[in-house]
Amino acid sequence: MNRIENAFAKAKSEGRGAFVSYVCAGDPDQETSLDVCRALIRSGVDILELGVPFSDPLADGLTNQLAAQRALEAGTTQEDVFDLVRGIRKENDEVPIVFYTYYNLMFSNGLEEYIKQANAAGVDGLLVLDLPPEEAEDHMDACEKYGMKTVFLLAPTTPPERAKYIASHATGFVYYVSRTGVTGVRSDLAADLQEKVALLRTATDKPLVVGFGVSKPEQVEQICRLADGVVVGSAIVNTIKDNLGDKNTTLEKMETLVSGLVGGTKVS
Amino acid sequence: MSENNAGVLDKENLPDSGGHFGEFGGQYVPETLMTALDNLGKEYDIARKDPEFIKELKFYLKEFAGRPTGLYHADRLSEELGGAKIYFKREDLLHTGAHKINNAIGQALLAKRMGKKRVIAETGAGQHGVATATVCAKLGLDCVVYMGAVDMERQKLNVFRMRLCGAEVRGVESGQKTLKDAVNEAMRDWVTNVEDTHYILGSALGSHPYPMMVRDFHRVIGQEVRHEILEKEGRLPDELVACVGGGSNAIGLFYEFLEEPDIRMVGVEAGGHGIEIGQHAARFEGGRLGVLQGCKTYILQNDDGQIELTHSVSAGLDYAAIGPEHAYYRDQGRIEFAYATDAEVMEAFQALCRTEGIIPALESTHALAYVLKRAPEMRKDQILVMNLSGRGDKDVNQVAKLLGEDI
Repeated sequence: MNRIENAFAKAKSEGRGAFVSYVCAGDPDQETSLDVCRALIRSGVDILELGVPFSDPLADGLTNQLAAQRALEAGTTQEDVFDLVRGIRKENDEVPIVFYTYYNLMFSNGLEEYIKQANAAGVDGLLVLDLPPEEAEDHMDACEKYGMKTVFLLAPTTPPERAKYIASHATGFVYYVSRTGVTGVRSDLAADLQEKVALLRTATDKPLVVGFGVSKPEQVEQICRLADGVVVGSAIVNTIKDNLGDKNTTLEKMETLVSGLVGGTKVS
Repeated sequence: MSENNAGVLDKENLPDSGGHFGEFGGQYVPETLMTALDNLGKEYDIARKDPEFIKELKFYLKEFAGRPTGLYHADRLSEELGGAKIYFKREDLLHTGAHKINNAIGQALLAKRMGKKRVIAETGAGQHGVATATVCAKLGLDCVVYMGAVDMERQKLNVFRMRLCGAEVRGVESGQKTLKDAVNEAMRDWVTNVEDTHYILGSALGSHPYPMMVRDFHRVIGQEVRHEILEKEGRLPDELVACVGGGSNAIGLFYEFLEEPDIRMVGVEAGGHGIEIGQHAARFEGGRLGVLQGCKTYILQNDDGQIELTHSVSAGLDYAAIGPEHAYYRDQGRIEFAYATDAEVMEAFQALCRTEGIIPALESTHALAYVLKRAPEMRKDQILVMNLSGRGDKDVNQVAKLLGEDI
C-alpha cells in the first residue's frame, strides 16, 4: 500500500474521516513553512496538502492568493518547494504529501521531469487545479510511470456521468468541491451536501474527500459522516496571515485550531 | 508554402472538438467551469447554424454597431511613405470605438438565448468593457466588468463610459493590476456564479470554446475586406497587418485569407520599453509554451513557470499570453509576427494624426508603427491592408502626458 491508501485505511480503522490540511509551501517563508508542516503533523493531520505558489492562482480566493503571494515574495522557488518536502521526509516517512498546484508549474520545464523530481523528493500525489482529465493524458501516463497518485476535482456542477468519468482517472482520491466558487472560509456548509455526496458515492468507490469553506469542528464532523475525509485550507492559512512575524504564536494557534478540527473527524 | 497549405486547408476543422489548434488551445480550467463551457460550446454550435440567431446578430451589427465599416485608402500616408498603397479597415468607426463590439454583441445575444441574466467581462484598455456594457444596456442584462486598477487609472474615460451604461466596474488590486489579473478575477466570479452568469471573454483567448467563438464573431472583418478590396482594386491585397494582444482583431482580419498563399500576414506585438524581461508583451520574443487562464500557448514566464510581468504603453496589449490560434499559425509559418516599441508607437500615433486626420487607439498604433517601416520596402503597385481596430479618443490624455502636455 502507498502512503495515501495507508492514511485512509488508518483513519477508517480508527473510526475517523481522514483530515487533509492545506497550506501554501513557503508561506510566509521557507523556514517557517517547515515548522508549519511539523505543527500540522503534530496536530494529527492525515494528509498534508501543499500548495505550490503560483503567480496566477485563478481558482483560489483571496486567502490563498495572498498566501501564494507571500511565498513568492519571500523568494520561494520550485526547488525550495521540493526542499520543503525533502525536509519533511527526513523526519516523517508516513504522512502522505499531495501537491495542490497549477498546470503551468509542472508543464513549463517538462512534465515528466517534474513528476520524476516530485516523486524523488517524496511527493505522493498531485492535484492540479486547472487540469481536467480531458487534458491530462500525458500527466496520467507520467504519474503512472513514477508511481505518483492522481487527484481530481468534482464540483457541484459536475453531472453524475461526468463524475464517474473523472473518478475513474483518480488513482489517489477524488476531491469534492462542495460549492461553486473559489477557496475560502464560509460560515455554513452547502445545503445540498448530503444529497450530492450520496450521489457521488454511487459514482465511485475511490476515497472521497470534501472541502471548500470548512472551518469548524462541527462542519468537519458533518462531512466525515458523509465522506472519507475532509479538507481544511483557508482557516489554517489564516492563522499564518493573522500572526505574521510571530512564528511561535502562529504555530501555537495553528496547533490549537487543527487539533480541534481533527477531533471532529471521529464519527464512530 | 506547401507546408502552410496543409494546415491552412484544414482551417474549418480547427479547433478540434476539445478546442485544440494542433498542440495549442484546449480546456485548462477548474472542474466547476467544465460543464458551463461544455454547455456554452453546445449552445453556440446550435446558434451559429440557427437562421434566427444569424438574423438577429446581423441586425445588431448593422443597426447598433454600424457595420459594414469602410476600407479607407490612406493616400497621404501612402504617398509620404513612398511604397505600398495603404488601406485601413475602419473598425475604429464602429459604435464604442473598436472592433470589440462584434464579439460583445454575439456573446450577449448568446447569453440571452441561454437565459443568463448576468454578464461579466474583463477589460484591459476598456474597449471590450465599454462594448459589453453598451450591449448589456441595450439587451437589458446586468453587467459587471473587472479591470485592473492600473488600467482604470490610464483608461479613466472608458471606466466612466461603462458606468454611464449601468455597468459595475470592479477594480482589481491583485498581481500587477492589469489585464491578466482582471481575467483571473472574472474567472473567480464565473466559478462562483456560473449558474446564472455568462462570461463574455473579450479576446481570442482562454478555454475552448472562447478562442473559436471570438474568432467567428470577428470573421466579418476579413469578409468585408475581401468584398471591399475587390470592389476598389479588383484584386486581393499583398499584405495584411494587425496588432496582437490576445489576437481578436488580427484573427478577425486574417481568417478569411488563410488559404490565400500569396497574402502575407503580420501580427504586431507590444515591444514595450524593449525586449527585456518584464519590459514588454511580445510573446514570440522570449515567451515559451505554457498554460495560462484556460489554454496552452506561448507565454512570457520565468524559469520556474511563474508568469512574467509585462509592460506596454497600451493596456489592451499588456498581456503575457497570445491567442492559441495565432500560436498555431505562427508555428505553421502562416502568420508572421513583429513587434513595435512604445517609442515607435508614439511616433506613429502622431504621424497618423498629422497625415490622415485619424486619431488611432494605441493598440492599433502598434500595427501602424510596423506599417511605417514596412510600406516603404514594398512596391507602389502593392497593396497593404491594416486593421485600424480602434480609435484613440480614450488614449489622448495618456498621450498628452507622455508628450509632456498638460490638458
